[in-house]
Amino acid sequence: MQSASTVAARAAKPGSVRRVSGFLRSQPFAFIGIAIYLLFALVAIFADQIATHDPREILFSGAYRVARYLPASATHFLGTTAGGRDVFSQLVHGTRSALTVGVTAAFFVVVLGTLFGLLSGYLGGWVDRLIMRIADVVISLPFLPFVLVISALTRPSTTTLVASVALLLWPNTARVIRSQVLSLRERGWVEAARVTGCSPTRIIFVHIAPQIAPLAALYGSIAVGWAILTEASASFLGFGDPNTISWGLMLQDAFNNQALSRGVWAWFIPPGLCIVSLVLAGFLISRGSEKLLFPKLGD
Amino acid sequence: MLWAIASLTFLLFRLMPGDPTLNFLSESFSEEMRLALLISFGLDKPLHEQYGLYMLSLLQGDFGVSFLQKRPVLDILLEALPNTAALTVSALVVAYAFGIIAGAYLAFARGTVVEGIAIPAALITRAAPEFWLGMILLAWLSFGLGIFPASGANTAGSEFTSEWARLTSADFLWHLVLPALTLALYLQGLPLLLMRATMLEVLNDEFIVMARMKGLSRWAIVMRHAARNALLPVATAFALGLGQSFGGNVVIETVFSWPGLGRVLVSAVQGADYPLAQGAFIMIAGVLVLMNMVADLLYAWLDPRVSVGAKR
Repeated sequence: MQSASTVAARAAKPGSVRRVSGFLRSQPFAFIGIAIYLLFALVAIFADQIATHDPREILFSGAYRVARYLPASATHFLGTTAGGRDVFSQLVHGTRSALTVGVTAAFFVVVLGTLFGLLSGYLGGWVDRLIMRIADVVISLPFLPFVLVISALTRPSTTTLVASVALLLWPNTARVIRSQVLSLRERGWVEAARVTGCSPTRIIFVHIAPQIAPLAALYGSIAVGWAILTEASASFLGFGDPNTISWGLMLQDAFNNQALSRGVWAWFIPPGLCIVSLVLAGFLISRGSEKLLFPKLGD
Repeated sequence: MLWAIASLTFLLFRLMPGDPTLNFLSESFSEEMRLALLISFGLDKPLHEQYGLYMLSLLQGDFGVSFLQKRPVLDILLEALPNTAALTVSALVVAYAFGIIAGAYLAFARGTVVEGIAIPAALITRAAPEFWLGMILLAWLSFGLGIFPASGANTAGSEFTSEWARLTSADFLWHLVLPALTLALYLQGLPLLLMRATMLEVLNDEFIVMARMKGLSRWAIVMRHAARNALLPVATAFALGLGQSFGGNVVIETVFSWPGLGRVLVSAVQGADYPLAQGAFIMIAGVLVLMNMVADLLYAWLDPRVSVGAKR
């Protein structure tokens, strides 16, 4: 049993590498999505080097004159804010919080969803009924209002946002994984593991979990986008962490300080574009991997 | 289901930090007056008694009195409800009318340049934050060109004989255009992609092959035979979307200062006005649950192959 599976794993490796590279070529959209992720990841890592100014520093033009609403120029690529801060540098640093929020929230969505989906699907009975009942309730909660109420409960912080996104998004993943597990647990090799005396814990986490991992990853890539959008909306409404630099906060700042009526386009267009491209990247990857996971689905 | 949500809401709002009476108090208030206030809101009783009272009054349609505005919560909510409903329904109708037609056309035009542009465009509108789309439209059409008003649902100071007269006045509709357009822009992606996907699925069915063998034109097949069947999931999505938009409107209502439920919720949460925030949350959640039920029933009614009882 053990040796057979390791041999199978070793044999599968070159094939899966070829499959992934072939997939990238046949799925240009997914390729673009991954490229966008990598680009933003690089910007986040080297934010300190890329940014031209300290994003929090109040800049002056001449004595006692705050450099507010400056147009885009060679020194300020995207101009300055009403508070005299450099927009481009804020944008670059905002990448960090966006990626952090997106990736950590997606991680917890996947962990919670997979765990509950596995338990619910494999154990059945009252565990299944309880988990699915909770999932029903969570799904019928209004998403953004709930996030706002939770943020108001605690001090506005990134942790709260990530936690509430994870708490609200796991049921979708759990449902899909549960239905997958329902079919997997009837397969011969699970039966064989049960007969040879494997404990339910071992069957769930060693035998079944690896089979549903790609599916969980797919839901994770969608959750990244949701988390980033939610963070932006919550920050825009004033429920974000005021001490971080995020795209949502930049947009709130712009909205509250007459960027629209003054027509300071360079201030509020770029943060939105960044959000769009990161979320879009998640969509593109999930569409691509859907085809890889369920080739029969076609389009 | 509603009971679970109402209980959860109760728990959440009792956990809120801060003493709500602080909003009423000024320096001159004595400790006795503070206690009298607590008693008048029933906040002195033990938690399980508060819960019992809360459930009882919810069943009677009593949402309590707002801490800040000192008016019954229900009155405030019912004032906001028509604005939210008008915004949501008009945006959804526009979004779905456009999405259904465009989606059907895209299934018809499979493999053309139009498809290559339209699909990514639809995805982009779904990836964009609603409030950002609103900000762009606001800066361009309202502040830039001055065509549409920038905020509110009515010109300040205007008076109407009845609520219905207000909702049908040109002034209201004029204020409605931008927020509804923004919401519609955000919402149209779902029906479009859904319609296209189900159309492509339906076009492979046997009865379509039959219609083709009868020598019907491709357009007649798409419109008369395929589209009707492809509408099923779209109709369900419409009901679901109605429920979700009621809560999701929060950001759009903020951008356009639209006096709806979402804005009531945001300002109540910010001002620690528990009864109002609680009432707004329950109303938004209630509409969502109701629409989920409508969607289930609608699906069973439109597609007799699915019966409500058979679904788990």
